[in-house]
Amino acid sequence: MWTFIHKLGSPKWCYTLCGRLQPGFWAAAALLLCVGSVWALGYSPRDYQMGDSYRIIYVHVPSAILAQSIFIAMAVASAVLLVWKIKVADMAARVMAPFGAAMTFLALFSGSLWGVPTWGTWWTWDARLTSMLIQLFLYLGVIALRGAFGSADQGAKAVAVLTLVGVVNIPIIKYSVVWWNTLHQPATFTLTQPPAMVASMWMPLLVMVLGFYCFFIALTLYRLRNEILRRESRTRWVQELAD
Amino acid sequence: MPRSTTGMKFTDEERSLAPVAGTTIGLSAVWRAQVKRELALARRRGGDLLNPLLFLALVVVLFPLGISPQPDLLAEIAPGLLWVAALLAMLLSLDALFRTDFADGSLEQLLLSPQPLPLLCLAKVFVHWLLTGMPLALCAPLMGVLLSLPGTGYLTLAASLALGTASLSLIGAIGAALTVGLPRGGVLLSLLVLPLYIPVLIFGAGAVQAAIQGGGTAPALALLGALLALAVAAAPFAIAGALRISVNG
Repeated sequence: MWTFIHKLGSPKWCYTLCGRLQPGFWAAAALLLCVGSVWALGYSPRDYQMGDSYRIIYVHVPSAILAQSIFIAMAVASAVLLVWKIKVADMAARVMAPFGAAMTFLALFSGSLWGVPTWGTWWTWDARLTSMLIQLFLYLGVIALRGAFGSADQGAKAVAVLTLVGVVNIPIIKYSVVWWNTLHQPATFTLTQPPAMVASMWMPLLVMVLGFYCFFIALTLYRLRNEILRRESRTRWVQELAD
Repeated sequence: MPRSTTGMKFTDEERSLAPVAGTTIGLSAVWRAQVKRELALARRRGGDLLNPLLFLALVVVLFPLGISPQPDLLAEIAPGLLWVAALLAMLLSLDALFRTDFADGSLEQLLLSPQPLPLLCLAKVFVHWLLTGMPLALCAPLMGVLLSLPGTGYLTLAASLALGTASLSLIGAIGAALTVGLPRGGVLLSLLVLPLYIPVLIFGAGAVQAAIQGGGTAPALALLGALLALAVAAAPFAIAGALRISVNG
């Protein structure tokens, strides 16, 4: 186990491992997303209140879940960078950030589209919308801070500190906003209770969530390989690879 | 008691800077020396003290001009408005927190000092709060008069600002430390720090709203205190880490 983790720290080894894992995750993502979309759009029942518009949930919830998971994954990578000085962890954090921001935006955008038929407005200052918007700003801050540093190593550590500060603050922001104002329906999936929806509705949702995760992992592996090549472009093994 | 070559006793300040074994001093002396240094610097700079207050006053003046001078309307938005204006004043003052020390090299000396860096950072932030947050908390009620803030809100406004600006100083100092080495860190600093300010704003403005509506202010003030406790415990370490990254790379 420990040797496996130590090996992960070597860019070259990580590069080959990513290459080996990648096809499996791409295939799983394609399969799950296709099955999930067809099931969700074609076969799951209509909602008796919201009609067909509720089907936005099949994009909205997976992207919202990913938006939060990716920030936590970035925080773990940042902690690994600061504690063990493993450069691959920073490369992973770097390639995850834009996708996380995109997922946050997608959750906000799909939520706003959903808001029109159900709440009758594009935007409302509801707690979960607001905390998602703030999370988007945190993502953008992380990306902007990295862009501002000329030296990659210095930028990496600064971004790691900011990510850790951000991850401590996300629950605080979330609960402060919840106490401030809430209108949103409660979370669809929680670990402690069975879902309130019927199985034929939440099963495709679960498939979609898993599909989004697989897509995220596959894309991260792909981009991580590129990032490794870019940062290690001076080393011999990359140059041999290029020749 | 160590003596200098001239036969005079070392002052606390001199000893706190001496990295020689045997001359280490207590943490409270380190704290006092650092606070004294910051206060002396602030006294010599002078004008910077007044700027955040003027900024607060100017922002407050803009709103009746921009929205409406009707007292009813102003009274309704006054708590949030005063809080937002004070928050922005704090934000603007942050950029200078480490910049002069970084420019003249004394920040490097701070990092080299054998004393715990988080404590030194905490002392710096404490003085920043004392000279920016505290005056803002004392002056905001005056601005409340301009916005016809209802009478029950004044005490809570001052109390919530005094508590809240301390958290703002601590959180903001993390951002200031991260951006101190960057040539144009000012706008970036706001981008990094403002999202983190939101809980403080919510509870601070909420306390004043509650006071005006006759509700209990204790819960919101207690939450502000809790945020401050967390910030005092955790932020100095993040500030110290960020300074090391910014200075040493």
